[in-house]
Amino acid sequence: MPEGFETVIGLEVHCELSTATKLFCSCANAFGDEPNSNVCPVCLGLPGSLPVLNRRAVEFAIRIGQALGGDIRPSIFHRKNYFYPDMPKDYQISQYDQPISSGGRLALPDGSVVGIVRAHMEEDTGKSTHIGESGRIHGASHSLVDYNRAGVPLVEIVSEPDIRSAEQARLYVSELRAVLVATGASDGRMEEGSLRVDANVSIRPTGTTDLGTRCEVKNLNSLRSLVRAISYEAERQSALIAGGGTVSQQTRHWDEGGGVTQLLRSKEEAYDYRYFPEPDLVPLVPDDSLLSAAAAGVGKMPSERRQSLAELLGVPGEALAAGPVADQAQTVIELDLDGLVIGAVACGADAHLALARAANEGASKAEGARRLDAGTFAGLIKLESGGILSATQSKAVLSVLIDEGGEPAEIARRLGFEAMGQSDLDELVDSVIAANPDEWRRYQEGDDKISGFLLGLVMRQSSGKANGKLVKDTFDLRRHAGTASQG
Amino acid sequence: MSILDDGVVAIAEAVRTGTVRASDIVDDTLERIDAGDADLHCFLTVMADHARERAAEIDAAVQAGVDPGPLAGVPVALKDNLCTKGTLTTCSSKILGNWVPPYDATVVERLRAAGAIVVGKTNLDEFAMGSSTENSAFGPTRNPWDTSRVPGGSSGGSAAAVAAGFVPLALGSDTGGSIRQPASLCGVVGVKPTYGLVSRYGLIAFASSLDQIGTFASTVEDAALGLEAIAGHDPLDSTSFDRAAPSLVESLFEGVAGMRVGVIDEFAAEVSPSCAAATFAAAEALSAAGAKVERVSVPEVLHGLAAYYVIAPAEASSNLARYDGVRYGLRVDAPDVATMNALTRGAGFGLEVRRRIMIGTYALSAGYYDEYYGQAQRVRTLVARAFERAYRDFDVLLAPMTPSVAFAFGEKTKNPLDMYVSDVCAVPSNLAGHPAVSVPFALGEADMPVGVQVLAPALGEAVMLRTAMALETAAPRNARAPIVGRDPRPRPLATEGAIDA
Repeated sequence: MPEGFETVIGLEVHCELSTATKLFCSCANAFGDEPNSNVCPVCLGLPGSLPVLNRRAVEFAIRIGQALGGDIRPSIFHRKNYFYPDMPKDYQISQYDQPISSGGRLALPDGSVVGIVRAHMEEDTGKSTHIGESGRIHGASHSLVDYNRAGVPLVEIVSEPDIRSAEQARLYVSELRAVLVATGASDGRMEEGSLRVDANVSIRPTGTTDLGTRCEVKNLNSLRSLVRAISYEAERQSALIAGGGTVSQQTRHWDEGGGVTQLLRSKEEAYDYRYFPEPDLVPLVPDDSLLSAAAAGVGKMPSERRQSLAELLGVPGEALAAGPVADQAQTVIELDLDGLVIGAVACGADAHLALARAANEGASKAEGARRLDAGTFAGLIKLESGGILSATQSKAVLSVLIDEGGEPAEIARRLGFEAMGQSDLDELVDSVIAANPDEWRRYQEGDDKISGFLLGLVMRQSSGKANGKLVKDTFDLRRHAGTASQG
Repeated sequence: MSILDDGVVAIAEAVRTGTVRASDIVDDTLERIDAGDADLHCFLTVMADHARERAAEIDAAVQAGVDPGPLAGVPVALKDNLCTKGTLTTCSSKILGNWVPPYDATVVERLRAAGAIVVGKTNLDEFAMGSSTENSAFGPTRNPWDTSRVPGGSSGGSAAAVAAGFVPLALGSDTGGSIRQPASLCGVVGVKPTYGLVSRYGLIAFASSLDQIGTFASTVEDAALGLEAIAGHDPLDSTSFDRAAPSLVESLFEGVAGMRVGVIDEFAAEVSPSCAAATFAAAEALSAAGAKVERVSVPEVLHGLAAYYVIAPAEASSNLARYDGVRYGLRVDAPDVATMNALTRGAGFGLEVRRRIMIGTYALSAGYYDEYYGQAQRVRTLVARAFERAYRDFDVLLAPMTPSVAFAFGEKTKNPLDMYVSDVCAVPSNLAGHPAVSVPFALGEADMPVGVQVLAPALGEAVMLRTAMALETAAPRNARAPIVGRDPRPRPLATEGAIDA
């Protein structure tokens, strides 16, 4: 980005809803089934068929709108007309100027806030596979269409152009994903296409308020592509401007392999969708029963959960925006293990240690970890922080605890994790000092960098039975003693 | 003479009581179709085997003491835009020339549940766009009263099949008069119910906000009985009323004494003297039967036609997009998808359908939407309000049905606007979503039948049909079909200049 310019980004996130059935028929909403196995006259758009709105999908859409602070209003559906082989009716039923949720905002972990224009409902299209070298429709010898996805309910969340960097865009999508999962409306699986992002990117001189000409970038299937595509597109536009040119409004395709965006359609080639109200559906007026059904079953939002963890750890909320603790916090929230941490702390466990064990060892067996009793987990953390178990031992006990259940102390005994007695430890420390006189001297002279080396030797020779903290204390006692005797 | 000529009520009664076998009735029907339809071309598909199987089932049920239902053994013809599982459903279009639906329309299921027997699929103007059946890709239907004349349309095949005495009951669809206009031209009763009274599930859409399925029969009672069988809420159609089917037959004979009838002024100048005269005669007949009849001005109705010919094509342009050669129906192969779409649609759709797709696409285009589609919707609202105003003072309204009696083949195909004007008296009811019925009331020019239209507010079918019944009672018997036993006056058929040339 040249000096004096800023990137302006607005995102359109398409989220597949986790309903059992499709938006307008009773076909299964399932990913990965045999092609064209979940289809019926309605989702195939056969002549004479009519759509009937899925109430559960409406509840989910309302949940999403409410989670984003949107205004839930009476809404209607429109037809968005364009020809495409994977769209059975050659129009998409979508909400247009009267969406189910208007406005709202999403607060990101870094403290920034992105405005939401609207969240609206629409049906997904089928999926084309182009057979040929390019894998795209141009140059394909033929195409196969799977209509299993046709009619799957989507909510499209449109942000204001409030995002200023690729990294902030990543943070936005990541946070939005967590919100969507928390509502129970979506599984948030980007790799399965449950979450798909289009980015509107423009650049403008820093400090100005008019929006530059934007390009819409499609085919962003991961957070990594999102960041790369936005960075590429911003660079492309600034190079155009730096070269004395202008940006023209386009729809561009992100080529993941080539790492570039490519022209898909110019403004002149843009579709005229000929939107008009869908006559086969009636207006959607959310009544109290719908609103209360939508409200039931909504989990805590990620921002609230972060706040709870921050309080627990005794750090300011912003500390959870970046850094190792932030990553751990994000992990336990995403894996729904923050409840375990909070429960363990309530039972007297050390908050940082509980978070670390949950985010690392717990995360590798998240499903089992979610079933752990908070009191039992707290018991393990206390054994470790009290020096009864070393970190290595504690991790091993946790693994067994998750797999088989039981009591931490009993498991430790079964695994032979007797805490090393102080006299054994003294003996071991002294033997390490004797065998490494140069390193010991440097440590005594205040070179703390060497402490890890000495500590490591003891840990290795104890086969992990020594408690790291006690080892450190023992070395320090020796150092003070030596200093005292010399002085 | 066959019991077929005694109509729906008599047939159902005879079959239910075991007096007559459904199989014999089906034989009569198939025999008549076999003998007469080569000339008239009411049917695109005759479902002889299916009809005989169904008749045997019904006879077996009666034998076993099971009541097959209120339409027991009644042969029914279906307009070929109603989906029939396993049987060709073409909309009279080459683009669906080979299409066999995997499901039945809701009305087809309901007819079956009522004991009726579907005997075939009838001809129509392609995708129900037209007023003469001349737009059928498979050739026109001829009017049984005079085979040199059109039967009207778009449900011309169904109207003519009833008029010819082939079947006592038929279903059609009415988007802008497509039941009532052919009913008038063929001398039969044609009912367009309130929008939402009959499920549209399985009716191949022309203009979704206007389309409604209804019945044809020789008498009001028969048409009412058929409507009772197919009406009522359907969870598969979001626009269907969430209420049970109304009872229509039981109040049919209660007369019109004290009923307030308004005769719409505006249409008189739009129709031929014989059509206007029939309307005034009908008004007098109702007055004589005790109704309180007055003239009423509803000037907005005359703007209905223009609004209709924007809204209907706009919706059609979207509804017909799916015929793209990708999934079913005709496909004209080409090196790329867009060309395949274009060639398929060019080859598969007739001229009138393509014309309306063009008009509708234009009306919805960016920059024109408000001027055309938006404006037409505002006019639609005004027409509906005008009716509401009129119904504060009247229970039903009376109007001519058509501008003229059945016209000759080719007479209105040169200029599409001439054909469009055939719908002027019909479309306001579709725009408002209100019910209306055409009742045969007189003979006009060339002794061709003339229908009179009774209009009612939403869900006013019972009072509307009661009024129609009073008109039927007052009408001369020779004004209505079936015309079996009468000289059909065969004349040479002039198809020159048909629209789909």
